[in-house]
Amino acid sequence: MSLLKVEGLTTAFKTSRGEITAIEDVSFTLGEREILGIVGESGSGKSVTALTIMGLLPNPPARVASGEVRFDGKVLTRLSDTRMQKVRGSGIAMVFQEPMTSLNPVFTIGEQLMETLRAHERLSPRAQRERAVEILTRVGIPSAAQRLGDYPHQLSGGQRQRVMIAIALSCRPRLLIADEPTTALDVTIQAQILDLLMDLRDEFGMAIMIITHNMGVIAQTADRVLVMYAGRIVEEAPIEALFERPTHPYTRGLLECVPSLDQDRARLAAIPGTLPDPARRPRGCRYAPRCALRIEACTTAIPPLLGIEAEHAAACIRAIPA
Amino acid sequence: MTRLVLRRFASALPILLMVSLITFALMRLVPGDPSAVIAGLSATPEQIAAIRADLGLDQPWPVQLWRWYAGLLHGDLGRSLLLGQPVVEATFLRLPVTLALSAYALVITLLFGLIAGIIAALRQNSWVDQAAMLAAMLGISVPSFWLGLLMILLFAVNLHWLPTGGYIAFTDDPLGWLRTSTMPAISLALLQAGLLARITRSTMLEVLRQDYIRTARAKGLPRHLVIFKHALTNALIPITTVIGITVSLLISASVVTETLFSIPGIGQLLTQAVLNRDYPMVQGGLLIVTALLVLVNLIVDIGYALLDPRVRYDTA
Repeated sequence: MSLLKVEGLTTAFKTSRGEITAIEDVSFTLGEREILGIVGESGSGKSVTALTIMGLLPNPPARVASGEVRFDGKVLTRLSDTRMQKVRGSGIAMVFQEPMTSLNPVFTIGEQLMETLRAHERLSPRAQRERAVEILTRVGIPSAAQRLGDYPHQLSGGQRQRVMIAIALSCRPRLLIADEPTTALDVTIQAQILDLLMDLRDEFGMAIMIITHNMGVIAQTADRVLVMYAGRIVEEAPIEALFERPTHPYTRGLLECVPSLDQDRARLAAIPGTLPDPARRPRGCRYAPRCALRIEACTTAIPPLLGIEAEHAAACIRAIPA
Repeated sequence: MTRLVLRRFASALPILLMVSLITFALMRLVPGDPSAVIAGLSATPEQIAAIRADLGLDQPWPVQLWRWYAGLLHGDLGRSLLLGQPVVEATFLRLPVTLALSAYALVITLLFGLIAGIIAALRQNSWVDQAAMLAAMLGISVPSFWLGLLMILLFAVNLHWLPTGGYIAFTDDPLGWLRTSTMPAISLALLQAGLLARITRSTMLEVLRQDYIRTARAKGLPRHLVIFKHALTNALIPITTVIGITVSLLISASVVTETLFSIPGIGQLLTQAVLNRDYPMVQGGLLIVTALLVLVNLIVDIGYALLDPRVRYDTA
């Protein structure tokens, strides 16, 4: 039984130019203790997918146009906001991209951690404090007991992200969604935070959904990967298959963009063109305008996600099953 | 925090000096002579000249200024030419009236301004929002003296619910104070409440878009904590500045309101003093009011530091 099951999820936004779909027909599952990577460019719909699962998009303008999200036997997309509050933080927790702005500047980190505990569990003030110190120590904040009274501006970016992770883990969620958790951090801190997330997965037995545009982060952490482009999943594969046999031309393009030490190239590779405007997406395959393998048929219908090998699927009519 | 307070007190000195210079110069630049007022209509030029000499007004300006400052340094603000009372005494007799009225108006401002602003922000673009903002715009645009007159006509002249004017001290009769102060306080507060509502709305909207609000929601906090704890505490930081300005504006606006409702406050006192060219009263009274406003701003700055830990540490 999967922990999270997303089926045919479409999220639409009202805009001055009419309703625009940010993600379309997104379906995937996530098992217990699994790390699922979602990769794609900015604007591909990764974050909207995560925020829809969390029920954090403002409605209006956003609404779930079709599909559903099932988590732990509950259909989240049908829960009232009050009942969704109970899921947020304790069932599914989330860590965001910007550690500098994700913590409230006017409250101490201890308060921001303990108020999460208070929202979901009945604990004495002393027990809250103990749990806060314990979890802060676990995520690598030195002398945590003394840091409870610190304000966010007194911490570095890496430390703030550790605090964010501590807050997310404080009520032992079964799923952690990490939306670009390391993008704003420098490279050494990045590696430390990713290691921490992997360790915590083993220790807490939770599943992780990690959203990134960085193939290196995916390679380091994920068990399975979804590649998103212009609001749709274009390829889904276990990590080895994705790196060894990337099938969708977009995935291949992304992998070619990753610089490597043994490449003797003066310039970094890049996929020509840009993401289509969500209001004026091409009729057929969204990637067709930028695709080197494009044929006539690509521009007539959206290609469905079809299996290529076990657990490996791609939405491309030029993909030849192995 | 102590350093913040000390620094603000130090910066108050040049402000007080400037205000004293400006009022001194302005009073002497406008035509008119207190001696003529004191002497009365039937006085001969010789009598007026004698009074001028008696008051020291025949001296050159620098000498007059020097004498005034010398008195100030001794804690002596002089005597009112008209009332014959010491300026300090006259001012402190009237000040509680104005302060009580301003405090009442401030309470109305905060109550309506904050609540309307918060509700409008939470229901952005709904009819509630539009109605609140229309009311706020109306409050800002309607001149307070005109509104005061309308209220007098309706509640005092036609309905006889409230007196047309006059004043009863709170310490004498709280209910009487409420009856005499409510209309003046409302007419004072309306403009300020409208401004505060608009600023509260835009500040709340700005804060509600912040990442930490999303974090608070992602943690599963109930809505009232997200709004009143996480959003409002941050929104109050800029709003506090506005409240500080509001207090200053309320005190200066009392000049018109007190005259309209015949309330014996500092506004009425100073209006009379200006009209009669009561130099020491105007100079001294304004200096005391300025010192009061500096104090209000200091309190605002302390409020700032209490609300925002970043300010607290920067000035520690």
